Amino acid sequence: MNFDFADQAPKMMMLLWGLVAFAVVVGGLLFVLDAVPSYFARRREAQVLAAYASGGPSPRRTKPREGFFALFFLMPAVLLLLIGLVVPALRTTLLSFMDGGSQNWVGLDNYRWMFADDAIVRVLLNTLVWVTLVPLAATAIGLIYAVLVDKARMEALAKSLIFMPMAISFVGASIIWRFVYAYRGEDQEQIGLLNQIVVSLGGEPRQWLLDSPLNTLLLIVIMVWIQAGFAMVVLSAAIKSIPADIVEAARLDGVTPWQMFWQITMPSIRPALIVVVVTISIATLKVFDIVRTTTNGNYDTSVIANEMYNQAFRYGQNGQGSALAVFLFLLVVPIVIFQIRNLRQQRREG
Amino acid sequence: MTTTTPPAAVGAQQDDKGSTRASRVRKRLNSRTATVAAIVIAVVWTIPTFGLFISSFRPEAELKTTGWWTAFRDPQFTLQNYQDVLFGQNASSGQLANYFVNSLVITIPSVLFPLAFAALAAYALAWINFRGRDWLYIAIFALQIVPLQMALVPLLSFFSRGVNLGGITLMPAWNLDGAQNFAQVWFAHTCFALPFAVFLLHNFISQLPRDLMEAARVDGATHPKIFRTIVLPLVAPALAAFAIFQFLWVWNDLLVALIFAGGSEVTAPLTVRLAELAGTRGNEWQRLTAGAFVSIVVPLIVFLSLQRYFVRGLLAGSVKG
Repeated sequence: MNFDFADQAPKMMMLLWGLVAFAVVVGGLLFVLDAVPSYFARRREAQVLAAYASGGPSPRRTKPREGFFALFFLMPAVLLLLIGLVVPALRTTLLSFMDGGSQNWVGLDNYRWMFADDAIVRVLLNTLVWVTLVPLAATAIGLIYAVLVDKARMEALAKSLIFMPMAISFVGASIIWRFVYAYRGEDQEQIGLLNQIVVSLGGEPRQWLLDSPLNTLLLIVIMVWIQAGFAMVVLSAAIKSIPADIVEAARLDGVTPWQMFWQITMPSIRPALIVVVVTISIATLKVFDIVRTTTNGNYDTSVIANEMYNQAFRYGQNGQGSALAVFLFLLVVPIVIFQIRNLRQQRREG
Repeated sequence: MTTTTPPAAVGAQQDDKGSTRASRVRKRLNSRTATVAAIVIAVVWTIPTFGLFISSFRPEAELKTTGWWTAFRDPQFTLQNYQDVLFGQNASSGQLANYFVNSLVITIPSVLFPLAFAALAAYALAWINFRGRDWLYIAIFALQIVPLQMALVPLLSFFSRGVNLGGITLMPAWNLDGAQNFAQVWFAHTCFALPFAVFLLHNFISQLPRDLMEAARVDGATHPKIFRTIVLPLVAPALAAFAIFQFLWVWNDLLVALIFAGGSEVTAPLTVRLAELAGTRGNEWQRLTAGAFVSIVVPLIVFLSLQRYFVRGLLAGSVKG
């Protein structure tokens, strides 16, 4: 046994401190907001009474100040967002125009490097493949499954099975799939499911994760496996909210299931479909864990997020890492603008 | 979109009467292929996890030489892998029990802080009148698009060097070591979670009935009082939804932990350790399978038992918009 409770004590102390800090900050904030205004109210009351007793003019009525409350309710969140996101994002943008050690300005060099270096161009292309295939495949599978199990027996169980990978970490999922892709020599018994299937079909076992470009596709399978459940849950809810009378009317008209799907279901769930595709696209652009755990970005499988980590935190190239981060940001922006426009349009129609 | 075309409808109805049996057969066939397809997908989705689960209980020698499916023919199960990976003596075995504690210590405050701060902010944005309210909400909403990656380098230097502006130290370096590093991770997770948390909770809190709020105001309740006694109990399901969301996210996170917790065994969570094991001991399957299951089991329990809230939160965030 190499697990000593004494070793855990400092951590538990730290956790305790964290919880105390939480109680003090949140409880204290609410207490102050409760106590201070009522203190002033009492004082004002006393002033009014005193003024009344002495026959002088009563003090001016002050309006309860909403701004005061808003300020304190919003302060923690806004402060943290400024420190944790806004300022860092601006600084990263600046750093992307500086050299590796963040000392000298280098203009657009980092961006030029990004498109000139073959290895990085490869990374950008990989990211492109990821962001086209994952949302398409995950949404398609999620949609098909949602339609198939709609009103089926044991629907809840069927849905849980597909949704379950959502709870598994990308690291855990990567290990699960590495095991599926595991390779052993031709003369040995296979332990990876995929190679076993290939062998039993008469083929030769392969080192799945070493051959480019196949390995990128196999990593994409992992991401699809995780995200399809999310697509399925959202789309299933959208399908269930299609008004029953429309479905009934169509059924009376004798439409085939095929027509029903393309002419009733698809148009009705379009907004949900867009949300799902957009959300999965953004998640895919930022994917990091899967690549790192399976191949560590070797064998031509790296993507932007992984390369950014390598440049900034392993090779000490802050400038190049920042340029990749900014590029990632630029890729996400159009997707989000598209979504905001869509939401607006929906509101106007609705 | 027109869905009904009367002449065709009449025709279709007649047609339906004419060939009832044929269409009924076709429908049954259809639903049968549908069922088969659904089962195939479900099996494909479940088998990888199931295989890992079975494997994690197989003896090392078996695991490394035969496929997990052979365990059905020749069942041999052991808890040795878990014993090794959780409490093993040598450094390479995993010692995951230690990292398991780290994961817990990281996760609990990383869920509580954003939950409380976001709830406060969402209430203010929904029910307190002040100038620039809508703009602030849009700004926070828009921050969701800033990828985490953009904040990492500066935030790390913020912790290690503090904030200096024109030679004046506005904020000293944190200079944390050992278990104190947890504070960095909490801070980072809290910041990164806020935009989405505010957005999600705002969706719920702004939908509370206006009459209820106004009645409370007329009765002389202050904002903190309304927040505590009316809003919090009413939006408890939304809080639960976000808490589950954030729990899964933090527990499963690798990137933030890798950068802000460091790789040391004092603060690194399970995911960091597992990624390390996968990299350096990629063929020690008995450790990887058992280790992966150790890391999966807590989120899986949380997820399966609270799935309903989780789904509700997911839908509020994505479908209603």
